[in-house]
Amino acid sequence: MATPRSTATRLLTNRAFLAVCLLATNVAVVVLAVLLISILWQGLGSLNWNFLTHAASRKPAEAGILAPLWGSVWVCTICGLVALPLGIGTAIYLEEFARKGRFTRIVQTNIMNLAGVPSIVYGILGLTAFARMFGAFGTSAEDGGFAIGNEESLLYFKLPFGSSVLAGGLTLMLVILPIVIIATQEALRSVPKSLRSGALALGATPWQTVWGITLPAAIPGIMTGAILAMSRAIGESAPLLVVGAVLFVLNAPENLMSDFAVLPLQIFNWAGRPQDEFHAIAASAIIVQLVALLAFNGIAVFIRQKLQKPLQ
Amino acid sequence: MNTMLKIASLGLIATATALIAAAPQDTKTPDLKTPDLKTLDLKTLKGAIKIDGSSTVYPITEAVSEEFNKVAGKVRVTVGVSGTGGGFKRFCAGETDISDASRPIKKAESDVAAKAGIDYVELPIAFDGLTIVVNPKNTWCSSLTVAEIKKIYSASGTAKTWKDVNPSWPDKAIKVYSPGTDSGTFDYFKEVTVGKDGAIRSDMSVSEDDNVLVRGVEGDEGAIGFFGCAYYFENKDKLKALTIDGGKGPVAVSTKTIEDGSYAPFSRPLFIYVNKKSAAKPEVAAFIEYYLKNAPKLVSEVGYVKLPDAIYAKVASNWNARRTGTQFTKPTGEAVTGPLANVYE
Repeated sequence: MATPRSTATRLLTNRAFLAVCLLATNVAVVVLAVLLISILWQGLGSLNWNFLTHAASRKPAEAGILAPLWGSVWVCTICGLVALPLGIGTAIYLEEFARKGRFTRIVQTNIMNLAGVPSIVYGILGLTAFARMFGAFGTSAEDGGFAIGNEESLLYFKLPFGSSVLAGGLTLMLVILPIVIIATQEALRSVPKSLRSGALALGATPWQTVWGITLPAAIPGIMTGAILAMSRAIGESAPLLVVGAVLFVLNAPENLMSDFAVLPLQIFNWAGRPQDEFHAIAASAIIVQLVALLAFNGIAVFIRQKLQKPLQ
Repeated sequence: MNTMLKIASLGLIATATALIAAAPQDTKTPDLKTPDLKTLDLKTLKGAIKIDGSSTVYPITEAVSEEFNKVAGKVRVTVGVSGTGGGFKRFCAGETDISDASRPIKKAESDVAAKAGIDYVELPIAFDGLTIVVNPKNTWCSSLTVAEIKKIYSASGTAKTWKDVNPSWPDKAIKVYSPGTDSGTFDYFKEVTVGKDGAIRSDMSVSEDDNVLVRGVEGDEGAIGFFGCAYYFENKDKLKALTIDGGKGPVAVSTKTIEDGSYAPFSRPLFIYVNKKSAAKPEVAAFIEYYLKNAPKLVSEVGYVKLPDAIYAKVASNWNARRTGTQFTKPTGEAVTGPLANVYE
């Protein structure tokens, strides 16, 4: 027999539950605040224009992050430009067009599994598939492969890609592709069936329905997924290290085939040095990375605002 | 219209084929002659040098590359940090020109290189000392013999408290700190204490970041740890370095004792390996020449210890003769150990 509980107990339980939830939220907020304050405290002092425009140096006072900053920007841009259309396209096909059957089930299971694969495994795949191209073009552009154009021109291209920004960007694309697909699928699923039925009943083709009705309604969810995916991409270093990202390079990438450094790698290296001055500029680099991350997310938010159509 | 398109696309294909056919011939340098550096103008010298390998050696190569860029601005030097093993993997596949290493090349790695037709020149460039440190509040212990260190660190050692190491020391638990087991630092420490086939105990606090070890030992009275001497020199006020008795009485760690070899057996050489085919490229030859000339100065600047002049002279003459192969593996495959001054010729 259930004991009838007094209103007072029930209200107390309610208040306790609220307190626990509030505490849980505050833990995250406090951790973030401590992190941000300690990083700003350590890093703001050495953050200046020279830091953004100078190359790596053994002297902490002269060291800068020109190459890793632009390396990260190039790699993440390539990654986003390839992963978002591919991922969103796959999700639209799976949700809106594919017949539910054994094939889609296998694809679906695989995508779920791929989302849980450690990123370093993608690094090994990227090294074989993009950087070395399975050895189909020899070991390098000089030795069995081929190259078009001048190394210093914007349109320089070679096969195999070697340890270039293109190989790095495509490898990161592999890492975030499952996240983009799954997020987009969830977003599409949350669009009410009645909207699609309405469009189809008015004589719209499936393409018109997707482009004009379903996709705009799903954009907020898709962009949230894109933000999470890009945040992950900009923080990855393990797969890029495997593909052959370097630490010391004097220039920002000049073309898709340039060698590149990325911010997380530089931060890790500086944070591990014995000298305290390097720890300070590591904190400065973390600030720059946070700003770069916010910039990328800003682009996604901008797209969301532009494309979003309110459901009416 | 259609014919126009066809002609245009044919033209495109033809140009592309011509470019593809032409490209490899421009870049090949088949002769392995030593470039004449005296007639070389560094300012107009062009080319790319790919370096990868140990993150311990990285600060030295970074310093040299930074300075080299000031005299030869058009040569593009890139340095990666895949680790000694990862660096050798790429080096032995012919992907890099130079490999940074915090230990000599292993027999297995050398075999892979030989199979790929890659000859290499081995060049020691600096010493790194391993410092054994304890907490400053540790008043009882200021010196350890290698046997005592083995007792503390080996898996078969029984030391759980300081009293187990020396009966006159307090009955205080030993907290052991160590760099990551994949690092060259750990490898070297293991080899000189418990030997190649021995095992280090597994109940240690391990970190890939030596700064974490510094903080760990700093905050724990019963702690002992080891890492590269640069980390001790930067934190002298927070740690107490032990003198090491390698059989000839206790020796304190300092740049002097590391350089003259008396801080034995915890000073290890750092290397760069140069692909012999790459050494024929003038930009690589000029870079190595610059490296060896400026190593003594730059090595100390970034916190490592320079080699004695006599060894640098041997390194230079081996480089000039392009002496290939390693001096740290016997033809039988057995590793050669001992102080660098005795081993390297």
